[in-house]
Amino acid sequence: MTAPVEIRAAGDSALVVELGTEIDSTLNAQVVAIAGSLRQEQIDGVRDVISSYASVTVCFDPLRTDLESLISAITRHVTNTATTTATVLAPSRSPREIPVCYGGVYGPDLEAVANYAGCSTDDVVRLHSEVAYRVYLLGFVPGFAYMAKVNERIAMPRRETPRVSVLAGTVGIADCQTGIYPSATPGGWQLIGRSAFYPFDPNREEPFLFTAGDTVRFVPVDEIEFRSLVGSGVTNGDS
Amino acid sequence: MGIHVNSPGMLSTVQDLGRWGFQNLGVPVAGPMDRYSHRFANALLGNPLGSATLEITLLGPELSFGLATRVAVTGAEFELALDEKLVPMNEPVVVAAGSRLCFGERRLGARAYLAVEGGFDVPEVLGSRSTHLPSQTGGMGGRALMTGDVLHSLSFDGKKLQPLRLRNSLLQLPSGGARIRVMLGPQERLFSPSGTKTFFTSRYVISNQSNRMGYRLDGPPISLAPSVGVLSDATPTGTIQVPGSGQPIILMADGQTTGGYPKLATAITTDLPLLGQLSPGDWVEFEVCDRAGALRALIAQEQTQLN
Repeated sequence: MTAPVEIRAAGDSALVVELGTEIDSTLNAQVVAIAGSLRQEQIDGVRDVISSYASVTVCFDPLRTDLESLISAITRHVTNTATTTATVLAPSRSPREIPVCYGGVYGPDLEAVANYAGCSTDDVVRLHSEVAYRVYLLGFVPGFAYMAKVNERIAMPRRETPRVSVLAGTVGIADCQTGIYPSATPGGWQLIGRSAFYPFDPNREEPFLFTAGDTVRFVPVDEIEFRSLVGSGVTNGDS
Repeated sequence: MGIHVNSPGMLSTVQDLGRWGFQNLGVPVAGPMDRYSHRFANALLGNPLGSATLEITLLGPELSFGLATRVAVTGAEFELALDEKLVPMNEPVVVAAGSRLCFGERRLGARAYLAVEGGFDVPEVLGSRSTHLPSQTGGMGGRALMTGDVLHSLSFDGKKLQPLRLRNSLLQLPSGGARIRVMLGPQERLFSPSGTKTFFTSRYVISNQSNRMGYRLDGPPISLAPSVGVLSDATPTGTIQVPGSGQPIILMADGQTTGGYPKLATAITTDLPLLGQLSPGDWVEFEVCDRAGALRALIAQEQTQLN
């Protein structure tokens, strides 16, 4: 790592470790690795370690945490991950394949994205599903994974006016990012399809489908296959 | 036999000390808006301080008890009646089976906390009983109480602590507004000096579009440094972010885990309960505080009773 690491206070009970200012997979891999090793160390008083695109935020109980040892632990993990970049870059899990039914009622903005890109809807599907995406971070709502980078031809900006409600499982694009809405929420992303898997189900054995650092591939399926996947209970995590 | 909800009040939710450890997966902490009063209510009954209480907002509920128990109500000052007889806040109240507890007029503050002996029993989701309303997670099916709900309490299981003797909450409830201490950052460098000055010298009013997720503030707009672009990153409770409009937003208990607006300052932990006792229409002013001052304030608040 060449850039100096900056540790900033976010109030009296959080520190932000800034490693950069860009959406970059190597940088993000280091962020995920630092967050992982900090979490593993289970430092007394630390309540949460949150990784994002290019920074790690450590939330702690100020009455139970020795700030100096926390800062030295952070510095140590930053140095360690910088010297083991090769290990850091290995994907944490094998690629997750997510069946998606594109277009129609499932992806009401597929045509708009095709118009934006100046290509057919089939091309949009191909361009969206041929890339292996990296999960850079989770946020917005439980289980929402920000994945990137979408082919720039179809990297359409958000809608001017967000929809009042987007169904759970809907796949969207916002600039170079793509993601799956885990629960019914308002949303401004361009909706191109519907995933057969829900990213978050608190009652499932594995409540979260994604974690930062994962690799994800979208696999186009037709409506019949999509319905059979949904009907098989896969979406409820029963299988 | 449980506790029947005859009327739910405006917004009553089950909260414990929050759902920690999952922000990395996008799960907000939730928990009480006024952590101090939540713990005080539990302490009065000898409950573990993290037991689930009922957070009651602006307009209180009416509850019928199908069991004999004790309760304690702290936080916002309400007129409380047990079977038509006035009962005090901030001390344990013995409730006979068949009694009815009514919240009446609210005099001060925004949120009261009702603790019951043993704590409320709702299923734990990801290790917490807290309700997160936007994602419909935890508490009573992820929502606020409704008429007809029946709440249950846990048995003590021998975990009972020495009940607190103190009879007064030491949290000074705000009347019309409050000065809130903040630490600068983490992104104060993205603001122009005049923007930061505006923030610290102006009075802001909590807008109607405020809730457990965050308080939107109306007041003089805060100017950003030119050409600001920020990558989304973590937004701990108390973060004060400033969108393009220049009108600041304070992120509260149900706030999202990440956000992409520049973050000017962060409210100190000690003053979060005070913020939780403000409601739309109340004013807020900010003063800067350093880490040492924030820690001193927190130690002073904790030493009053809760450790």
